[in-house]
Amino acid sequence: MEVKELTCVICPLGCRAKVYVEGGRAVGWEHLECKAGEEYVKREVERPLRDFFTVVRVKGGGVLPVRSTGPIPKERLKEAVKELAAVEVEGPVRMGEVVVKNLLGLGVDVVATWELE
Amino acid sequence: MRVEGEVELVVVGGGAAGLAAALKAREEGIEEIWVLDRNERPGGILPQCIHTGFGLHYFGENLTGPEYIHRFIRRAREEGITIKLETMVLRLTKEREVVAVNPSEGLLKLKAGAVILAMGCRERPRGSLLIPGGRPAGIFTAGTAQRLLDLEGYLPGREVVILGSGDVGLIMARRFAMEGVEVKAVVELMPYPGGLGRNVVQCLEDFGIPLLLRRTVTHIHGRERVEAVTVAEVDGEGNPIPGTERKIPCDTLVLSVGLIPENELSEGAGIELDERTGGPFVDEFMRTSLEGFFACGNVVTVFDLVDHVTLTGERAGKSASQYLKGELPPPRRVREVRPGENVRLVVPQRVSGEGPVTFYLRVSRPLREARVEVGGKSFFRKAVRPPEMLTVELGKEEVGGLGGEIPVRVLGKPLG
Ligand SMILES: Cc1cc2nc3c(=O)[nH]c(=O)nc-3n(C[C@H](O)[C@H](O)[C@H](O)COP(=O)(O)OP(=O)(O)OC[C@H]3O[C@@H](n4cnc5c(N)ncnc54)[C@H](O)[C@@H]3O)c2cc1C
Repeated sequence: MEVKELTCVICPLGCRAKVYVEGGRAVGWEHLECKAGEEYVKREVERPLRDFFTVVRVKGGGVLPVRSTGPIPKERLKEAVKELAAVEVEGPVRMGEVVVKNLLGLGVDVVATWELE
Repeated sequence: MRVEGEVELVVVGGGAAGLAAALKAREEGIEEIWVLDRNERPGGILPQCIHTGFGLHYFGENLTGPEYIHRFIRRAREEGITIKLETMVLRLTKEREVVAVNPSEGLLKLKAGAVILAMGCRERPRGSLLIPGGRPAGIFTAGTAQRLLDLEGYLPGREVVILGSGDVGLIMARRFAMEGVEVKAVVELMPYPGGLGRNVVQCLEDFGIPLLLRRTVTHIHGRERVEAVTVAEVDGEGNPIPGTERKIPCDTLVLSVGLIPENELSEGAGIELDERTGGPFVDEFMRTSLEGFFACGNVVTVFDLVDHVTLTGERAGKSASQYLKGELPPPRRVREVRPGENVRLVVPQRVSGEGPVTFYLRVSRPLREARVEVGGKSFFRKAVRPPEMLTVELGKEEVGGLGGEIPVRVLGKPLG
């Protein structure tokens, strides 16, 4: 069994939890003060998700901000950045327009968060 | 050319606060609204804040900065609100004269019926820190680094040390790490991080970036370009402890050491400023000490969430409209709000008691099982921390029942 130290981010209390992990699953925890915190550490140990956002190059200069339509696994963030580094867009681009479909096969798209004339 | 004329409502600054104020005033039936902003694009600081986390309160959605502000820019255009860009306001007078300049019209001299101050805040620069060393290239404020990276598309460096662990610094640490820039450390003077716990986890721990608490940068090395910084431990007073110095090689130093409300214009007009917030004294109507002048957003105090900035903007927009229509209740029985134990600042600083009041306050240290006391009323909070702004609301009745002064304090147990 592995022991992980995690800080809960659900509320300003910021409990520092000790989580016991076995086969990738949280099997026990200490120093958590509420149910929401327990759910949080379980998620963080078993399948931590993060919002993904970056900028892509615009043909002729400048950048356009983009985001994923849903959170992606934390350990795929850097891979996602690499994927987007290869993308170049050309105007016009509408707000919310899809820039990359089905990012890394994760079932989310990457969309523009600004518009381009 | 020189433009002279009368304008019903002038809004100085076209960020989240100014746009919300202008839209509210339109809704209240004000026809002539001019928003003046010195930038080339509207929206203030938000177009460069490309991360998510905006709008959870106001829209009930998790938006990026550009998405959040785009909604207001689009509506302002639909409503035909005049947004004058590249227009720098130079001077405001008591008589509500607004002097501004832009490249296409030259000098603008306007007489405004009412003025809303929405100039936001600026970052504390290196000069105010007095770190010894040369003047090499590679020193940026966090906001400048953010603009370079996310608006203009340049990497400011390859190996970065960030001084200051406020939210802007933490968010930049993550942006750098994601783009393959090595963040050597985030250095913080205080014994606890300056930003939210969520940002410490998701911006530093996720990327294995060390957070060096109780430490500061004591020297910047390099002649042409930054080559390293010296970091030392500090004592209880924040003074470096000799013998604890460590040199960290890097080519870039990013400063995230605090934001200051932008109030040179307000001061010039003779508006009274609060030393604690660095912004004008306001009442619950976002009315300043000078008749016909209102203020909102980060020019009043540095807010943690843009959602609150928007709400203060709407309040200011509504009050200015009421003022223009002669419907704003005059300040009859003004009560002073008195920050006490563990309260670093509180807004509004004055209450005239004509309606409900939302108080925004910051504590001076982390506390658990906290009791926020406003007037005689007490509000419980499981935990409070300096980076998080607390909001408490008092109804009209409760405000009416308060005495001549409104003491505000926060009691609780120390939180590690
Ligand atoms: C670098 C940085 C990063 C931030 N990141 C976040 C974040 O991640 N999340 C978050 O919730 N908040 C963030 N904030 C806080 C953010 O500023 C507020 O949430 C909100 O956007 C502030 O809105 P505002 O309208 O008060 O100010 P601003 O957005 O700063 O707008 C003020 C406007 O006034 C204009 N102006 C000022 N003086 C003049 C003049 N004399 N003449 C003409 N125009 C003038 C400026 O050009 C600017 O456009 C950040 C702030 C900074 C400085």
